[in-house]
Amino acid sequence: MLDLLKTPVVSFQEFVFLSLRTLRGLLRRPHYFDDIFLQMDIIGVGSLPVVVLTGFFSGAVMALQMSRALQTYGAATQVGQIVAITLVREMGPVLTALMVAGRNASGMASELGSMKVTEQIDAMRALGTDPILKLVKPRLVATAFVLPLLTIISDFVGMIGGWLVACLLLSLTTSSQYWNNSWRALEYNDIAQGLIKPFVFAIVIALVGCFYGMRTTGGTQGVGRATTQAVVVASVWVVVLTFIIGRVFVNM
Amino acid sequence: MDAAAVLSFDQVSIQFEDVVALRSVSFAVGSSESLIVLGAAGSGKTTLLKIALGLLRPDSGRVHLFGQDVTGIAETEWFDVRSRIGVLFQEGGLFDSLTIEENVAYPLRYQRLLEVPEEQIAPRVQQSLDFVELGHTLEKFPSELSGGMRRRVGIARAIVTQPQLLLYDSPTAGLDPITANNIVSLIVKGRDLRHTTTVMVTHRAQDGEIMAGYRFDARTQHLVPSQNGARASTRYLVLRDGEVVFDGTPGELAASRDPYVVRFARH
Repeated sequence: MLDLLKTPVVSFQEFVFLSLRTLRGLLRRPHYFDDIFLQMDIIGVGSLPVVVLTGFFSGAVMALQMSRALQTYGAATQVGQIVAITLVREMGPVLTALMVAGRNASGMASELGSMKVTEQIDAMRALGTDPILKLVKPRLVATAFVLPLLTIISDFVGMIGGWLVACLLLSLTTSSQYWNNSWRALEYNDIAQGLIKPFVFAIVIALVGCFYGMRTTGGTQGVGRATTQAVVVASVWVVVLTFIIGRVFVNM
Repeated sequence: MDAAAVLSFDQVSIQFEDVVALRSVSFAVGSSESLIVLGAAGSGKTTLLKIALGLLRPDSGRVHLFGQDVTGIAETEWFDVRSRIGVLFQEGGLFDSLTIEENVAYPLRYQRLLEVPEEQIAPRVQQSLDFVELGHTLEKFPSELSGGMRRRVGIARAIVTQPQLLLYDSPTAGLDPITANNIVSLIVKGRDLRHTTTVMVTHRAQDGEIMAGYRFDARTQHLVPSQNGARASTRYLVLRDGEVVFDGTPGELAASRDPYVVRFARH
């Protein structure tokens, strides 16, 4: 029994150590701004198409599915409110984070994993560079910066998707009513929740991706294993954390 | 331990899970000396080099570099120590996203203590690549080069900072005999031109024979059999399952009657 628990406990301990070293490294020089901007481009601009598509269709589907239920209660005009609250509080942050986890946690794990098994990380240390500052910190900072922005874009595009379905396809409400209801439905609490979540998810996605990359062993097979683990663990943490953060905000 | 030693191990041991990688390993390499570490795969050769570089921390024993006890120092302090060491990794350890020029320039740009002015970097990179006869590959990426060429670029990167200590991890592993001999010849050339302290781990007895038996003649630009010089300053360390089974001069190696040393070190 103890042997079964040993591996996950040791892994978690190593993850905590890496996280602490990275967080401490945030203030340490050098800062490698070039790498931070490069990662922002890879993670932010690179993820934009998939995030826009996901956001658009999640808003559209939500309006589509809610239309029948709202019509039953004669509240079809409230579709904008439902779409806005659901997207900003929950769907936008979670779906965007899952897309970025699938795309970038895997990318980080495979890139760093390949570097690890070909001794590039050892070479980096031997040649005067701290891999935590050079590899992990830029990915963490870039993800923490761009994921909230991607979420805002996803939320907005999702509302456009909902508007297209609700106003143009199903004629449930007028455009002005849809946007007015959407705007008025959102409170500061929703906006805060919708921005804190992607910030926390970003930290977890970047650290999990880098963690599995940095501890890769076993050649190319090990890189594949690390990539899969990074995506699975990051995705699970996203859905667990959305519940925990949601619970905190519900009580506020 | 020898106070004048550039690198010394004193009863160093390390274990991974249940496997003992090094057990009570002790040796010392003096200034301008060469140490050839022979051993089969899994005998602990790479582990020994990684401990010498501070990439692994020993479970017990002491490691001294340049007269300083580096056994328990922090990673940030290691960066200063490593700026005096050049290293060639087994597979070259080149950064595959950087060009050859950027790879060789890397230690000049990032070794904190060196503080090389930007305008001096390009000439030094060119000089170092010319030394390994790859001055025409500046713009290429490592994936465009053969295994032997990548190893030569690795040598260029190791020597570009003109370090006091050079560590070579199986520089000829996986190469054909001709390319392997060329690589060792470059190592001998680098050693003799700059009188650098050199530690080379290898599983090929021939590599050691070239290191110990030849020297670089600057006049003819070729390797010539050494009379006494290289042999006198070269020592062998033979590892077996993480333990030192032989530590001595080339002459003592040739005279050894230890069955493992005889079988392994003399083919």
